Amino acid sequence: MNRFAELLDRLGYEPGRNNKLRLMTEYFRTTPDPERGFALAALAGGLSFANAKPGLIRALIAERTDPVLFGMSYDYVGDLSETVALLWPSPREVHEPGQPAIGHNRPPPSLAEVIESLQASHRSDLPGLLSRWLDGLDETGRWALLKLITGSLRIGVSARLAKSSVAALGDLEPNDIEEVWHGLEPPYESLFAWVEGRSPRPEATDPAPFRPPMLAHPIDDKDFDGLDARVMTAEWKWDGIRVQAVGGTRPDGRRVQRLFSRTGEDISKSFPDLVEAIDFDGAIDGELLVLREGRVQTFNVLQQRLNRQSVSPKMLVEFPAHVRAYDLLHWGGEDLRPLPFCERRERLETMLGSLENPRFDISRLISFETWEDLAAARANPAEAGAGVDAAAVEGCMIKRADSPYVPGRPKGLWYKWKHDPHVVDAVLMYAQRGHGKRSSFYSDYTFGVWREGAGGDELVPVGKAYFGFTDAELAELDRFVRRNTVNRFGPVREVTHEPDKGLVLEIAFEGLNRSTRHKSGVAMRFPRVSRIRWDKPPAEADRIEILEKLLQREGEAEETPA
Amino acid sequence: MRPSELLTLTPSGLYCPQADAHIDPVRPVRRALITHGHSDHARAGHEAVLATPETLAIMAVRYGVDFAGYTQAVRLGETVDLNGVKVSYHPAGHVLGSAQIALECEGLRIVASGDYKRARDPTCAPFEVVPCDVFITEATFGLPVFRHPDTRDEVAKLLASVQLFPERAHIVGAYALGKAQRLMALIREAGYDQPIYVHGAMERLTEFYQQSGVPLGEIRKVQAAERPKLGGAIVICPPSATQDLWARKFPDPVTAFASGWMRVRARARQKGVELPLVVSDHSDWDDLCRTILDTGAGEVWVTHGQEDALVHWCTSRGIRAKPLHMLGYGDEGEVEPDTAGPADAPPVAEAAS
Ligand SMILES: [Zn+2]
Repeated sequence: MNRFAELLDRLGYEPGRNNKLRLMTEYFRTTPDPERGFALAALAGGLSFANAKPGLIRALIAERTDPVLFGMSYDYVGDLSETVALLWPSPREVHEPGQPAIGHNRPPPSLAEVIESLQASHRSDLPGLLSRWLDGLDETGRWALLKLITGSLRIGVSARLAKSSVAALGDLEPNDIEEVWHGLEPPYESLFAWVEGRSPRPEATDPAPFRPPMLAHPIDDKDFDGLDARVMTAEWKWDGIRVQAVGGTRPDGRRVQRLFSRTGEDISKSFPDLVEAIDFDGAIDGELLVLREGRVQTFNVLQQRLNRQSVSPKMLVEFPAHVRAYDLLHWGGEDLRPLPFCERRERLETMLGSLENPRFDISRLISFETWEDLAAARANPAEAGAGVDAAAVEGCMIKRADSPYVPGRPKGLWYKWKHDPHVVDAVLMYAQRGHGKRSSFYSDYTFGVWREGAGGDELVPVGKAYFGFTDAELAELDRFVRRNTVNRFGPVREVTHEPDKGLVLEIAFEGLNRSTRHKSGVAMRFPRVSRIRWDKPPAEADRIEILEKLLQREGEAEETPA
Repeated sequence: MRPSELLTLTPSGLYCPQADAHIDPVRPVRRALITHGHSDHARAGHEAVLATPETLAIMAVRYGVDFAGYTQAVRLGETVDLNGVKVSYHPAGHVLGSAQIALECEGLRIVASGDYKRARDPTCAPFEVVPCDVFITEATFGLPVFRHPDTRDEVAKLLASVQLFPERAHIVGAYALGKAQRLMALIREAGYDQPIYVHGAMERLTEFYQQSGVPLGEIRKVQAAERPKLGGAIVICPPSATQDLWARKFPDPVTAFASGWMRVRARARQKGVELPLVVSDHSDWDDLCRTILDTGAGEVWVTHGQEDALVHWCTSRGIRAKPLHMLGYGDEGEVEPDTAGPADAPPVAEAAS
């Protein structure tokens, strides 16, 4: 326990992720089983026992110290566990007269002893156990013990980092550990034996294990330049929680059905309705959503079902859980992850089609040919396929059609296009007729912002937008253009744009580049009309300085190393 | 004679009218009895200074040889008579040359202990109990949460880190007088035989220790240009330097700090410390209490620090005790920054590189 305490102590002070990793790896390398396995469980959040309440700890210290001195000390230290750890009279002070004053009366407990006793014992045994252990430990040991048993071990180590440090013990990747993790239990002796090359990989005997998910990179404006839209697919990113629904059958025929969170936490208990519906042998990666009468509810609605310890029957009826499937990882005993995404999609469609399971449906692909198409779809999901569920869309996912399912966040395969657009108020300057079914409308709008010119403020064009508005809004815009034309150049009309006369458009865009082709010196990415400001006089529209500032910020962001 | 007649409190510090002498005065006085060389106890500008030879030498190193009009060396165990007051110096175990000062007159003995510790320190003479009627003690760590661990374990922590991170420099903040040299000696005792690097601000005091016969092994001053090459080295510097630009030139530095304050996590965090080493030159709570009992004093005066807790402890044991609330003391920055008066600031030369 003292060594584990030293590790926790050091981890708590060490800010660097890699250094934390090394400290843990060193601990696992030099600590025997089963001690290190319980330490791993504690670090990875894999322990469950009834926590001790602060009241118990206060009672124990009150029996041993002067209340005034305790009060002054607690005021000074500010943390109950730490105060008690430091104040606890060590056995050398309570030694019998004539006995040597050094050395502990009791050997310090091992972490294994602490955890096994906590799991096996009754709550009423806790005061006795705790005071015996506290007598045997030093200050740091007592601190760690109290943090552990009050469930407040906050040392900035994620389960993932703890597993990574075990992987580093051998020559393994963190995901290799994830793959076998869910079939294992503390103290993980078979895991350490495998990592150290002393025995074969622990058999994944679990018929419904968690598989580490594949994650996407946030897409950057510049990424689009290097991406060929023709080899990519896109789908909506639903605003729920990413889950894995896994079903399997044990050799004895018993069913195992589980729902995992993105981090591998088993959340089956909170979603019995959904877990019951996992009547297949396979693993689906998807988004957990609440659907009512076929319509996806917002995240706020879903949240009312989350974090509930127990789920009432009423809750199940009012907040029915569904999975909108993105991917199929495993099916009928076959690992599909090495297959290209488009093939897995096909398998997923076939499988969901044959299942006819109302709790599962597929996340539809968005059809697009160019990135502009996709930007338009993203700006208006309702009309681009999401329909009535549009409110639950938080962006889109862009995936290479040929990408295998690689755990972790591999580069260049999956992207999420999520961040909020920038917004600027600009003045409509010119309008042009559209194409196709819009050819009878003035639907392409050139807009400008103010800058200081030779003869006072003037408008300078900064971009062109041809989507973002509804059909009804298009009709109104078209009417405005026709009534306020001041000049015609072929298909283009110049529209009134005076400080007190004209139309302000709120333009949303994804990013900004310097441009020598544009008079303003800037070019917007995927600009679109996000609102029509009938209420705003052009004089109050934005100025070019706002864009200049944004350009500077983005330039700085590029220079900052990741 | 009542204790308050033998020794009173004036704005300059504790004063014995009959001997016309102040103990560790914070302002220039006619005659100063100095317990030890820390800058909050030993100040320049007095007319006459009575101190141990080591303390006088330390003051000369810090302030120049003209730090006082007249000096008189008093060895540990020696007694001088000042107008009928017997003044004797006894080891305090705090830093090299540190002393407790006993004043005795008409059968009344008062011991002003200055700063003291009971823990082992290879760089100075160990503390000696001086039985007395009134014991004057500091209470820097006067709360029962302050219990200094075995220094060997703390040094082992440092060396284990050096071994685990051999490419990182370990920058250890430690006060220039006493703490730094004690740390060096402890590191040597633990078997570390590489050169130990020091910041320029502690070079002269460290040399003085070596000249006084304290073996510290090979000590090298850090040259500015070589900082990036000191991966794996132990570098000892003034605490303020650990947060300076100076420290950032070392390879991926591990910031350590050797101080009794490191016992409390919030303290260590607040100072940005990554490797706290609980090594103190003051008594911890247990030793403060033990020492009070050992002296057999019926009355205790607490000069500075966490006075309330210690006074409460004495009172609850039937020992008369009073806080003096003396300002201007607190060991070389080991005082809480928010309570430190301007007089506590270490000499400029110490903080500069
Ligand atoms: Zn001192």
